[in-house]
Amino acid sequence: MARPFEVTRQPGFSAIAIACFVLLYLPIVLLVIYSFNAGESISQWEGFSLRWYASAWENEQIQAATIRSVVIATGASLIATSAAVLAALATTRTAPWRGRTIVFALVNQPLMVPEIVTAVALLIFFSMIKVATGYTGLWYLILAHAAFCIPFAYMPVRARLQGMDLSLEQAGADLYGTPVKVFRHITLPQLWPGILAGAMLAFVISLDDVVITEFVKSAGQDTLPTYMLGQIRRTITPEINAISTALLAVSILLVTAFFFISRTRK
Amino acid sequence: MIDIREVTKVFGAGSDAFRALDRVSVTIRQNEFFTLLGPSGCGKTTLLRMIAGFEGPTEGTILLDGDDLAGKPPYERPVNTVFQSYALFPHMSVAENVGFGLRMLGRPKDEIAATVREMLALVRMSELAERQTAQISGGQQQRVALARALAPRPKVLLLDEPLSALDFKLRKEMQLELKRLQNETGITFVFVTHDQEEALTMSDRIAVMNAGRIRQIGVPREIYDHPADRFVADFIGDTNFLSAELTARTGDTATLRLPSGRTVEARAQGDGTPGKVTLAVRPEHAELAPPEEGALTGTLTEVVYSGTDTHYHVALDQEAGLFVLRRQNRPDAGPAHQRGDRVGIRLGAVAGQVLRD
Repeated sequence: MARPFEVTRQPGFSAIAIACFVLLYLPIVLLVIYSFNAGESISQWEGFSLRWYASAWENEQIQAATIRSVVIATGASLIATSAAVLAALATTRTAPWRGRTIVFALVNQPLMVPEIVTAVALLIFFSMIKVATGYTGLWYLILAHAAFCIPFAYMPVRARLQGMDLSLEQAGADLYGTPVKVFRHITLPQLWPGILAGAMLAFVISLDDVVITEFVKSAGQDTLPTYMLGQIRRTITPEINAISTALLAVSILLVTAFFFISRTRK
Repeated sequence: MIDIREVTKVFGAGSDAFRALDRVSVTIRQNEFFTLLGPSGCGKTTLLRMIAGFEGPTEGTILLDGDDLAGKPPYERPVNTVFQSYALFPHMSVAENVGFGLRMLGRPKDEIAATVREMLALVRMSELAERQTAQISGGQQQRVALARALAPRPKVLLLDEPLSALDFKLRKEMQLELKRLQNETGITFVFVTHDQEEALTMSDRIAVMNAGRIRQIGVPREIYDHPADRFVADFIGDTNFLSAELTARTGDTATLRLPSGRTVEARAQGDGTPGKVTLAVRPEHAELAPPEEGALTGTLTEVVYSGTDTHYHVALDQEAGLFVLRRQNRPDAGPAHQRGDRVGIRLGAVAGQVLRD
């Protein structure tokens, strides 16, 4: 009797799977290992040391870039999440209206448009504003990041809203809750895992961005990723590995938290 | 008092349009336990949702104590609903759920606390006030949903098949419980169900609905004993339909000639002109008899024992189809019958209800 087709039983399955994982993770593992290198090389092991972490920690440029990154990511994720919640409500809690599908597509547009196109467009758009207003602060970066973070915040919020029992909100209205009160007392308390997950995802996406930041930033507005890019053009020391490892740790932490929060039910 | 006048509801438009309710008119009285009964898709839940304010009528008006409800959102209607899924708020305790309506109305804290205590006592849930709703059983959730809907003292309580998720015993218990609550609170209950037995047990009056229309409104006895048409007779309880010819009628009593040639008397309302009619006979209104004594004769094809009753299926000689009758299993129930026996069917002095086709 023929056994049902199972992909895990096919010859070479394990070999291919292992090869994929090695390809994915070996470079990262090496990067992490060499961040602890005592020597100046990123490819020759000279013993264990935390000197590059200490050096990165004391580097004022890195400090400034880190703070800038966190400020931008915080601002962008707050704006993006607020917009995403409103968009999610409008696309799930209203009677079907003409153009609802189009709005859904438009909200997710940043996922489809090549990032470099968005970057160029923002560069041109913001330089027009710069000429007109003379403002050169961080808000350009925050708004640019907010724009491409919206779909990432939108997805988990919308998923959560769709999974919620509509009769709860009806019960709230039936029990004399005005729409605003129903949102505050019934929708929001159940929505917050989705909102938090969306905000964290947006934060990580913003923290990681290079392309759009590189185009939009003014002089002296390096974020951590663009600073690293700049460093690599000169001499590469394990300091880069140390920063990367720290960023990796933060990302893993946030994504793990995102995973657990979005799994929370009730 | 709820006055529903000529209400029509159409979902969709054009060729997809679906007429969920078709010129429905009914008056629900103060303090009444009123049941909307019908098969799924008959429009009963749509009508309930319109009273609650979740849907608006396409045409017609709904008045509550004389006030037109048109355009009033659910939160401005002194009407509360017990949802089929209960819809308890999962992030609140039992007590917070029950107090929610009063909190939304902005009542003082001590008044809310007192009412919550009173309501939980009323549904016998006082011990579980601080529980989370996920930690209590289905029957208990049902009671909490009731208490929550009763707490703001609505003029009307709407119940959307609230017992359908409960098992048989619990359902029986809750039927009596609901009746008791309605008596104690004096609130008008509008109850939606597809379960005819539930409707007969609990209701003061029943509206039987089918395909968006009300077929009959009446007290349970009237509906059961005097079904207005074939649909009602068939939907409520079990019914045998016999073809017959109406020969004469005086008042509410008609004389019918059965295909067997025998003459019987039956109730008839409305049109009394002689001609072909249908006689509806309830299974418990007929008796097995020796073949020569029966108004109808036939052969027993099935004897079904069901605890309290035994059901006899008789293949009639005079027309196609089975006649089902029911006998209570009492010690003095009379001779036992077996499959294949020749039997007669004796009808009562009033054989049944005459229906026009």
